[in-house]
Amino acid sequence: MSLEVTNLQCIRGDSELFSGLSFALKSQQLMRIEGQNGTGKTTLLRALCGLYQADQGTVVWNDVPIKKQDEEYLKELFFLGHNNAIKADLNALENLRINTALAGNKYSDDVLLQALDDIGLFGSEYKPTAHLSQGQKRRVALAALLLSKAKLWILDEPFVALDGFAVKLLQDVIAKHVENDGMVILTTHQEVPLTNGEIVRINLDQKIKKTINNNYD
Amino acid sequence: MTSPFWVILKRDLLLAIRRRSEIFTVLFFFVVVISLFPLGVGTEEEVLKKIAPGVVWIAALLASTLALDRLFSADYEDGTLEKIVLAPSSLSVAVFAKILAHWLLTGLPLVLISPLVGLFYHLPLNSIFVMMFVLLIGTPVLSMLGAIAAALTLGLRGGGVLVSLLVLPLYIPVLVYGAGAISTSMIVGVSIEPYVLLLLAFSLLSIVFAPWVTAAALKISLE
Repeated sequence: MSLEVTNLQCIRGDSELFSGLSFALKSQQLMRIEGQNGTGKTTLLRALCGLYQADQGTVVWNDVPIKKQDEEYLKELFFLGHNNAIKADLNALENLRINTALAGNKYSDDVLLQALDDIGLFGSEYKPTAHLSQGQKRRVALAALLLSKAKLWILDEPFVALDGFAVKLLQDVIAKHVENDGMVILTTHQEVPLTNGEIVRINLDQKIKKTINNNYD
Repeated sequence: MTSPFWVILKRDLLLAIRRRSEIFTVLFFFVVVISLFPLGVGTEEEVLKKIAPGVVWIAALLASTLALDRLFSADYEDGTLEKIVLAPSSLSVAVFAKILAHWLLTGLPLVLISPLVGLFYHLPLNSIFVMMFVLLIGTPVLSMLGAIAAALTLGLRGGGVLVSLLVLPLYIPVLVYGAGAISTSMIVGVSIEPYVLLLLAFSLLSIVFAPWVTAAALKISLE
């Protein structure tokens, strides 16, 4: 299982976010994308998911470009964006049930409740998520991670709004996934020890500096 | 029932039950527009009968554009639309489920309340049945075409007004044939079949193509 990115370029408006970005990711590897605000971390993640069409370059999953495979790639992909992708009018259990069902997995309520319990939402399972705190909402979204069968996790700032307990829990979940032949790509501003497995780092800072220099040349 | 189609259909219906005001807004708008006309043009039976087919369809068109704005924008704002796009199954099917739920919540109630219009406008009983039937086969077209416009304008500022401007001209064939069928039903000895067949054709065509086009538009809007 592998993800290969070749010569990726993304342009937003008039300015180039990054270009010539190439890397490869294998099982049991974790990639951490670093960079200041506005360097294109989120855009890169969205391009890797296929939500954003890169202006140049290819993203290849298992030797086939992701543009040419829809469902095969999406089956192996778990994406968590800035938004929690949960419905404020539904409760935590309903949200989790819908999110796992959309990913193609059917679980009994016992399993779903257990996952919510594990992520520290015991007692809040039946409250509308509108009444939950930011951190609890994030936990509802992350509960789906516990039940995901996807190999490749793409997480945009997963630690935002979480308390110490949840950060530790999420670190463990990520580490375990990487050890079990999984792959994780994430962005975070927090310096957290993530896994004992191999960590690949990509820094987008230089990329934008280069463009700024080009503009002034 | 775990196919994405049922998951999304059930989800949207559940959300609507939790937030009933959105359905009732559309329904009340429909009723209010319809009841304004007799106040403006007078209550003469012949006049009302003559304008009823047009009034009911125009009210239905306006009411359905009112609801379109929220079709995708709520899911867009909380990020669930991305989840749906990234689900490992056909996006067109998921979109079809969303449009179907939208029609069940905004189109079908109009059909069910339309006999009220018959009472306001002195329509004969058979015309009331014809009106219900053509609304039943015509309103899905409104939801289907509307979904395309809603997907295209997703995330734009002032998208709501733009949707109406985009979509109302496209509704003209439905208006012409839908109102035509009701008018014709009041003339003795003339068949309404051509109108009904054409409306059915529009309906089927839009059901086949609109989810597919909407799915493509959504992907563009999400970028």
